[in-house]
Amino acid sequence: MKTCVLAILLLMIVPLGHAIDTAPAFSDPVQQSRYEHLSRELRCLQCRSETIADSNASLAEDLRRQLRELIAAGKSDDEIMTYMTDRYGDYVRYRPAMKSNTWLLWAAPVLFLLAGCIAAFVVIGRKAKLPDDDLPADDRARTGMGDV
Amino acid sequence: MTVELGHFALILAFCLTLPQAFFGLAGAAWRKPHWMALTKNAVVGHFVLTAISFACLVYAFYRNDFSVLYVASNSNSELPTMYRLAATWGAHEGSLLLWLLVQSIWTLAVAGFSRSIPEVVTSRVLGVLGLISAGFALFILTTSSPFERLWPAALDGRDLNPLLQDPGLIFHPPMQYTGYIGLSVPFAFAIAAMLEGKLDSVWARWVRPWTNVAWVFLTCGITLGSWWAYYELGWGGWWFWDAVENASFMPWLIATALIHSLAVTEKRGLFKSWTLLLAITAFSLSVLGTFLVRSGVVESVHAFASDPTRGLFILTFLTICSGSALALYAWRAPLFRSDTGFAPLSRESFLLMNNVLLVGATLLILLGTLYPLFLDALDLGRISVGPPYFSIAFLIPMLPMVMLLAPGMHAGWKRANFDRTKRTLGVLLAIAVVGAIVLGTVVYGWHSVMTIVGFTLAIWVGLAALVDPVSRLLKRQSLSASIVGMSVAHLGLALFMLGVATTESYRRETDISLSPGQTAELGGFQFTMTRLGDVAGPNYDAVESEIRITRDGKEVAVVHPQKRTYRVQKNPMTEAGIDSRWTRHLLVSMGAPLGDGAWSLRLQYKPMVQFIWFGAFTMAFGGLIAAFDRRYRVRVTADATQAATAAGVRTA
Amino acid sequence: MWRYLIPVGLLAALVAFFFVGLGRDKETLPSPLIGKPAPQFSLPRVGDPTQNVSTADFAGQAYVLNVWATWCVGCRQEHDTLLEIAGRGEVPIVGLNWKDEMDLAQEWLRRLGNPYVATAFDPEGRVAIDWGVYGAPETFLIDASGKVIYKHVAPMSIDVWEREFLPLLKKTPVRE
Repeated sequence: MKTCVLAILLLMIVPLGHAIDTAPAFSDPVQQSRYEHLSRELRCLQCRSETIADSNASLAEDLRRQLRELIAAGKSDDEIMTYMTDRYGDYVRYRPAMKSNTWLLWAAPVLFLLAGCIAAFVVIGRKAKLPDDDLPADDRARTGMGDV
Repeated sequence: MTVELGHFALILAFCLTLPQAFFGLAGAAWRKPHWMALTKNAVVGHFVLTAISFACLVYAFYRNDFSVLYVASNSNSELPTMYRLAATWGAHEGSLLLWLLVQSIWTLAVAGFSRSIPEVVTSRVLGVLGLISAGFALFILTTSSPFERLWPAALDGRDLNPLLQDPGLIFHPPMQYTGYIGLSVPFAFAIAAMLEGKLDSVWARWVRPWTNVAWVFLTCGITLGSWWAYYELGWGGWWFWDAVENASFMPWLIATALIHSLAVTEKRGLFKSWTLLLAITAFSLSVLGTFLVRSGVVESVHAFASDPTRGLFILTFLTICSGSALALYAWRAPLFRSDTGFAPLSRESFLLMNNVLLVGATLLILLGTLYPLFLDALDLGRISVGPPYFSIAFLIPMLPMVMLLAPGMHAGWKRANFDRTKRTLGVLLAIAVVGAIVLGTVVYGWHSVMTIVGFTLAIWVGLAALVDPVSRLLKRQSLSASIVGMSVAHLGLALFMLGVATTESYRRETDISLSPGQTAELGGFQFTMTRLGDVAGPNYDAVESEIRITRDGKEVAVVHPQKRTYRVQKNPMTEAGIDSRWTRHLLVSMGAPLGDGAWSLRLQYKPMVQFIWFGAFTMAFGGLIAAFDRRYRVRVTADATQAATAAGVRTA
Repeated sequence: MWRYLIPVGLLAALVAFFFVGLGRDKETLPSPLIGKPAPQFSLPRVGDPTQNVSTADFAGQAYVLNVWATWCVGCRQEHDTLLEIAGRGEVPIVGLNWKDEMDLAQEWLRRLGNPYVATAFDPEGRVAIDWGVYGAPETFLIDASGKVIYKHVAPMSIDVWEREFLPLLKKTPVRE
């Protein structure tokens, strides 16, 4: 937030809210859709809680222009991402790159799911062998109604 | 003078939390009825003083007292009255005072509505809540007082951030806080159970309504926040996986798991230590959320303050509060093992899976939110983790959970017998698949397999949720609030999923430039700018355009987006023009003037987006219904008297 | 039995991370250019647009690149420091005028003094993007072999110059 305010001070008056592209869209819908997708994958470094698609900062505008030129020049998505990270580091990517320092992050969803399922099955396995009698009287709730 | 009175009241309010905590906990531990009675007096006194303190701050805003630093920083004489009053919680210091006030109200409610709970338990609960209040009051008094004076006084204030000048500010924070703080009640009950060394199904029955109500408020708070951001920012997004949004979502997920775990504990006396852990974690995540938002430790647009000193205080509070609770848990949890079981296919195992998947999702969101911090602290680089990660990571545990929901709802306790429900569920699944394919091909056009899966699950869950209440109604069987509440809540989830699947798959947007008289097209609608002119608001000047939306020649709507410049802070802000229908929203936002009367505009088409918030509010409504089930309100005097006599204490 | 200690253990680890994270500077982003060859450019010169300012002009010697603009409040703050550093003559300062207007830039230098041996004019910000500039002012130190060895974000001060830049300068030959 502080950087955003700083950017606002530096750039005089910067509109708050959504950035709206003033450049014309690509005539090729594939290129346009790549542009829309990639501009949402890159982080604005001045208004740091927004993508360059959404940010009104002048840097975001410049980066969008750069993105457009790279797409028009026929660069692949990977090449474009490399271009950006070569200059601004991994910070500029909202989708973390698969590197040695992020493998845990990317493996986590499947790892946690597996670990959770294994734990659940172990518990269920154990509980299946136990008698399912109700607990002693002084521990039972007189629920009266409702099955929930 | 009022402000000094408010400050003094706050000091006294803090002082009263100490006897509240002491008499509550010591009185219960040493079984002293007089001490336990004093606890309630302290609770009432603390509430009154906190309310006075808060009222003084509100009054300072009402009177435009710019000799108060906080008022001068967040208000302005031209600010409309309702925003002047709501600005009380518009920034860090005042919002903390609101937090304290809401905590005192919850504590008062617990003190007032616990006639069917043994006094020993109530006293402990109030004692723990007193410790929490003490911590926050101390925090405000030492680092974040809203009562600081500004001398010489400002002639006028710096005005409230224009983004906050909206009805959303009036409702979202109070509702959100009520949810966060409400989770301190099951937390306190958990501590009470661990201190006493006693946790049974009756305990679960006491805790469930409090947890439900807190969950309801939290659901509404988060939904309001999402809705507010959507129409206020005009960017058409409803969730950005920002650190602060995640900080509110994590306690919600754990609270949801807690609600379901409590059901098992109440019905079968199982999952006791797990329920304790969830109750501790839910409130801990609330405190963690406060820490993240106010310490500057993660980057967020929503962050109140980035003050390491304040951050250190909350971190210490979190360590003491959660640390002691978890230490107590490590000591006491082995006491609560039960030797009863259930079949692999049973309601218990479905709820176990539900919990595992919800907790898994929470851990993933926590990991994603904190991962940049982890790497930075270890000097392993600066990275960003944003929506592209979260949307995948969240779906991985949630998709299985939603798939298990329809059968899970119909599983019986101990040993589920699907013989009769199998066919119904199968038929409903078939209907869902057909409906999904129709929606995903004929109605909206093909998008992806995931879209069809999303539609199928939404429809299946929705229909399955209705089976039980409808069949009971038809057979003229009794319908408890619990059953109705559960069905409504799950139906709400289905509607939410329908909204998300539709909007995320089929939304369209385009940036164009228009001048008066020109027309643009999006999604079969024509947008014509008919007028462009200047308007003046109470504290802003704006350029307003009138956009006429037509379809097949017939007029559908006329919207008036504005580009505002607030006179004090001078930042331009865009106010989107939105045509809202249940089937779709159409948004028009103004960008910048391009010269010759032309303006850049963003047009958006969002199908079924309203169901996202409607579904979420329906979920909350379901939870509210369930909280008022008769069994929570019936005083089970036989039970209570027995237990109380055994403990040798007079029941309150 | 010991598994009940896992939650409190996780909390302890989390709190430790938060404690470390509290003091860290979140504003400044590390530059991926450190240790890499400086991005080459050739831009019009502020003051004489018919001439060019290029990185090739400074091949074989260490220099400082300072990114500035007339709309930048921090640049105004650091200007006197730059004049003093330039006066010391240890290393040439090259200016990169970012997203600005030629006549405003010239007027600024004329009025406030010119610490730069030359200033490159980058109104569209293309070269700035190559250098990973995300705000002004930013100051780079480039060694004699043409590698970027340090980047300072925020206004320059004599303190920063002596504490951060000079030690690095001493370790590398000023000329090759």
